[in-house]
Amino acid sequence: MTSLFRDRILPVLTVIAAILVIWHVFVIYLNAPFVRDQAARAGETISLSQIIERTFAQERPILPAPHQIVAELWDTTINKAVTSKRSLVYHAWITLSATLAGFGMGTVLGITLAIGIVHNRAMDRSLMPWVIASQTIPILAIAPMIIVVLNSIGISGLMPKALISTYLSFFPIVVGMVKGLRSPDTLLIDLMHTYNASRAQTFWKLRWPASMPYLFTSLKVAIAISLVGAIVGELPTGAVAGLGARLLSGSYYGQTIQIWAALFMAAGLAALLVSIVGYAHVRVLKRMGVKP
Amino acid sequence: MSGYLVFALVFWLLAWAFNEWLVQQKPKDRRVARLIGIAVPLLFGATLLVIWECMVHGFSIPSILLPAPSAIWARILSSTPILWADFQQTFLKSVITGYVAGCGLGFLVAILIDRSPFLQKGLLPIGNFVAALPVVGVAPIMVMWFGFDWPSKVAVVVIMTFFPMLVNTVQGLSAASHMERDLMRTYAASWWQTLVKLRLPAAWPFIFNALKINSTLALIGAIVAEFFGTPIVGMGFRISTEVGRSNVDMVWAEIAVAALAGSVFYGLVALSERAVTFWHPSVRGGRA
Repeated sequence: MTSLFRDRILPVLTVIAAILVIWHVFVIYLNAPFVRDQAARAGETISLSQIIERTFAQERPILPAPHQIVAELWDTTINKAVTSKRSLVYHAWITLSATLAGFGMGTVLGITLAIGIVHNRAMDRSLMPWVIASQTIPILAIAPMIIVVLNSIGISGLMPKALISTYLSFFPIVVGMVKGLRSPDTLLIDLMHTYNASRAQTFWKLRWPASMPYLFTSLKVAIAISLVGAIVGELPTGAVAGLGARLLSGSYYGQTIQIWAALFMAAGLAALLVSIVGYAHVRVLKRMGVKP
Repeated sequence: MSGYLVFALVFWLLAWAFNEWLVQQKPKDRRVARLIGIAVPLLFGATLLVIWECMVHGFSIPSILLPAPSAIWARILSSTPILWADFQQTFLKSVITGYVAGCGLGFLVAILIDRSPFLQKGLLPIGNFVAALPVVGVAPIMVMWFGFDWPSKVAVVVIMTFFPMLVNTVQGLSAASHMERDLMRTYAASWWQTLVKLRLPAAWPFIFNALKINSTLALIGAIVAEFFGTPIVGMGFRISTEVGRSNVDMVWAEIAVAALAGSVFYGLVALSERAVTFWHPSVRGGRA
């Protein structure tokens, strides 16, 4: 237990503490000019300690202090009704639903493509380069158009955002699953041959179980990236709802604290989703009898 | 009307059959084999374009929804100066600068913390965590701090590319095995010599992995950052304004340029990877 503390927790805590210290220094440094300006305009002379005090309590600071962000987070999650448009939980839920829908579709699409690629040589040769090329296209740049076009044919709301997430998340899954489905070596495949196993049997009893570790590793990447897709997908809809909309409206009105609160919420959401997938990973591997 | 659709269907079936036939070939000549390797995906791409073109004409889809590839190509030719200006602003100024700065910084920090296991243990989990976060979200903040022009986009790109590079480099530097490191010790090699002659070469595959991930991330970061405020030039700006003006063919032209730039960028990184890590099994591939 003590070694866990010494090797894992203590270094991380130290780095976090260092980040917090640097943050506070920057809060003072970045916000001080505004405080000085204000004081000069009011015609009062203020001491250094007063400047520092005021940099931590501005309404629209250049860099908000951590405690301001925590206060904003607390205010918009606990103090507001969940259904209210001012509640961060409401916006997070909208983003989360698009993320999960996109992630689900991306997973199904990715696994289907991977199965096709593994079993059909022509698909492998012709599809794989395009799957890779598709990712060099900055889909997030196309997001506004996808949303506008889908809107004009009557699809709006959750679906366009989910499609962007799908597009982003299917790629890591295809790559990971192709690798995973091909991971059983010749010896094992030959063994299945000697059992006179059909293609389907080989797939379900050998390839599929063997690909599980690869699948979950890709799923972790995919869920993080679908959250990004959902957030960016919300930008061009004109800041209606969702974490991306909070970012956009915050930047329109100079509400820096609101932007940072939305960022922290997104970070928390990402951490939560990734750790859920990680937990499922451990559970599934344990059920399959894999030793860690 | 339906002539287009029939043609698309026939073309698709023919191309598919031809591809099936091509991949069954086992030519003796290596050059022919390589040619087939290039031809198969190219044919697939051409098929997609033909189907797209025919669908647009066949179903008479309004060009405001989905312009035909030929229309997009005409648009690219007719507005090359605008596309070039956007390309310069977004790609040459924001992406390249930010990519070099972010990757360089990540690499340097990884080397710096290499001698301190304590810092490594502290920074790695945080780096991994940040790499999974929606970092594009910092775009509005960076636009506020560094203004509308390209420096704010560079800042976003630097932040996005820094952590993948840091994490991968640290991992790569520990990739050399104990045997090899012990060998260097018996040669009385200094830390510096071990780094340059053993550990960096062993780390190249990891570093190139990060470089490849970052090449797409950088483009995304720069374009998304332009949604939050930009001077009147740039790919992200053009896309968002032309969508508003319903000039969809211009948007697609911009997307085509972005896709081309992204693919070439990725391809260059991948090519230099093959040159630098020529010894790696995945490059040799057991074919030679």
